Amino acid sequence: MGELKLMKGNEALAEAAIRCGADAYFGYPITPQSEVIEYLSEQNPYERTGMVVLQAESEVAAINMVYAAGAAGKRVMTSSSSPGVCLKQEGLAYIAGAEVPCVFADVVRGGPGLGTIQPSQADYFQNTKGGGNGDYHNIVLAPASVQEMADFVPLGFDMAFKYRMCVCILSDGAIGQMMEKVIMPEQKARMTEEEIKAKYPWALTGRKRGTEHRVITSLDLDSARMEEHNRHLQRKYAEVTANEVRYEMINCDDAEYVFVAYGSSARIAQKSVQLGRAAGLKVGLLRPITLWPYPTKAIESLIDKGVKGFLSVELSCGQMIEDVRLACNGRVKSEHFGRVGGIIHTPEEVLEAMKKQIIGE
Amino acid sequence: MADITLQDIIQPENLVYEKSKLLTEKPFHYCPGCGHGTVHRIIAEVLEELGVDDRTIGVSPVGCAVMAYDYFDVDFVESAHGRAPACATGIKRVWPDKVVFSYQGDGDLAAIGTAETIHACNRGENITMIFVNNGIYGMTGGQMAPTTLVGMKTATSPYGRMPQWPDGTPNNGFPLQITSLLAQLPGTRYVTRQAVYNAATVRKCKAALKKAFQNQIENKNGVNFVEIVSNCNSNWKMSAVDANKWLQDNMLPVYPLGDIKDNFELIKK
Repeated sequence: MGELKLMKGNEALAEAAIRCGADAYFGYPITPQSEVIEYLSEQNPYERTGMVVLQAESEVAAINMVYAAGAAGKRVMTSSSSPGVCLKQEGLAYIAGAEVPCVFADVVRGGPGLGTIQPSQADYFQNTKGGGNGDYHNIVLAPASVQEMADFVPLGFDMAFKYRMCVCILSDGAIGQMMEKVIMPEQKARMTEEEIKAKYPWALTGRKRGTEHRVITSLDLDSARMEEHNRHLQRKYAEVTANEVRYEMINCDDAEYVFVAYGSSARIAQKSVQLGRAAGLKVGLLRPITLWPYPTKAIESLIDKGVKGFLSVELSCGQMIEDVRLACNGRVKSEHFGRVGGIIHTPEEVLEAMKKQIIGE
Repeated sequence: MADITLQDIIQPENLVYEKSKLLTEKPFHYCPGCGHGTVHRIIAEVLEELGVDDRTIGVSPVGCAVMAYDYFDVDFVESAHGRAPACATGIKRVWPDKVVFSYQGDGDLAAIGTAETIHACNRGENITMIFVNNGIYGMTGGQMAPTTLVGMKTATSPYGRMPQWPDGTPNNGFPLQITSLLAQLPGTRYVTRQAVYNAATVRKCKAALKKAFQNQIENKNGVNFVEIVSNCNSNWKMSAVDANKWLQDNMLPVYPLGDIKDNFELIKK
């Protein structure tokens, strides 16, 4: 049994963190996600559950607090928006290399640089293709509603601790700022020290001398060991790819042409599907929920079933289209349509783009 | 008198010194003559004497001590360059009953990590921060540090550190008195500057470290900050003996030893 509430996406994310038994949030204010830390500060979860909330001196400090507190076995998270996420990339690379579980949310705004505070999806590359140094991936979840902003926090922690890696909740200014009804789960208890020690033997909780040496580090100067460590990471990513791909298909059973869109763009493209169907076009929507690992096989299966073309609809100049094209592998046409700078496309212009760029009138 | 064999001498009752049980068997990679080994040893001794090994978590830096975790038989996390105070903050906030310490050099703590250093101190985190200052970047091969002395030659100040050009135009800047600066912050409880160049300074330094850990263990709030003025004979391009002499003649006038702040009170000097 949950509790029905009307909330902003950012608030839902914060409340979900408290309710799923998170131990700490370390963050730094930046528009359009400042409500996360504001809501947490106002709620004072230290009184409610013992959850720590700390406003760090920078994004850099915040992610390094997450890194070390995660290394110590706790469920910790941070959030930011695009330019702030750039600053977090150093820590995210360490987190990947040292295999530390954590959740971080990017409420994306327009760029490059300071850009704009309006919604954007131009952080797709930054979050799905790395951003920090080295060969690594974070699991990237893309919520398309306030409900998913809440749902993906406990899901993210489960995945993070299952695979010992960072899970990114990639939303945008629209999802973060808009209010919708959301069902909040019951309060879950935070894990005790005994539970953490029993469940996560790698966690730095202090140990008796003479017991097995335990260190969380991304460093190894021995080339053979470092190569094996990288192979190990790649095997883990292969396992995640095999197990964790998530997506939603709308009106795809008989579709000839398919929109591919996530987050806010998926909400708009869903309306474009309705408009297209009303006009007699056999259009559907593929909504990737995991952006990494990407639902490549879903696109392949749609082509096998006869889909003739895909339109990647994004609030960017064309980032996810690269993954759509890799999945299409030249078998059918795939193009990109996007608005940027904080402008959000209309369902009508998205449908027009499908007609012009893919169907070809 | 009968011949005394080695076996007769090696008896527990004759033991006058042994390596701390909190140091591993791994040989130090530090250069012969470097202060890091001594500092490691006395930290290990202090933690052993305080009996907190089973709840201690260390944070190692980027720099010569990056692999400090190989030498201590306690839990360790290796931080990014300069971020050790943020890491220590993260751990201490979620595990307030653990004993958390950071270990950093001058480039790490006083250059790239200045923000993390100042803000951890300003928040008054209940942690122990250990700062080994040898006025140079050791691991990367002897470049200028924020604490490099005026006139000191390094790989990136080959003609000597010159704060300003003769006409006053800014150049390398001045040696950063980071410890004195941190003592001004209301969040620091205990701030001291020590050294390990002879037996007397090693003993004093150990006593200071013990106090810096004891304060944390007793849950007294505020940062406990121990600077240790040390040498880098390899990059100073001196013998170990000469480096320790040079340290006393040149480093100590700029970085004088002694307690700077205790129990939140600045000590007038």
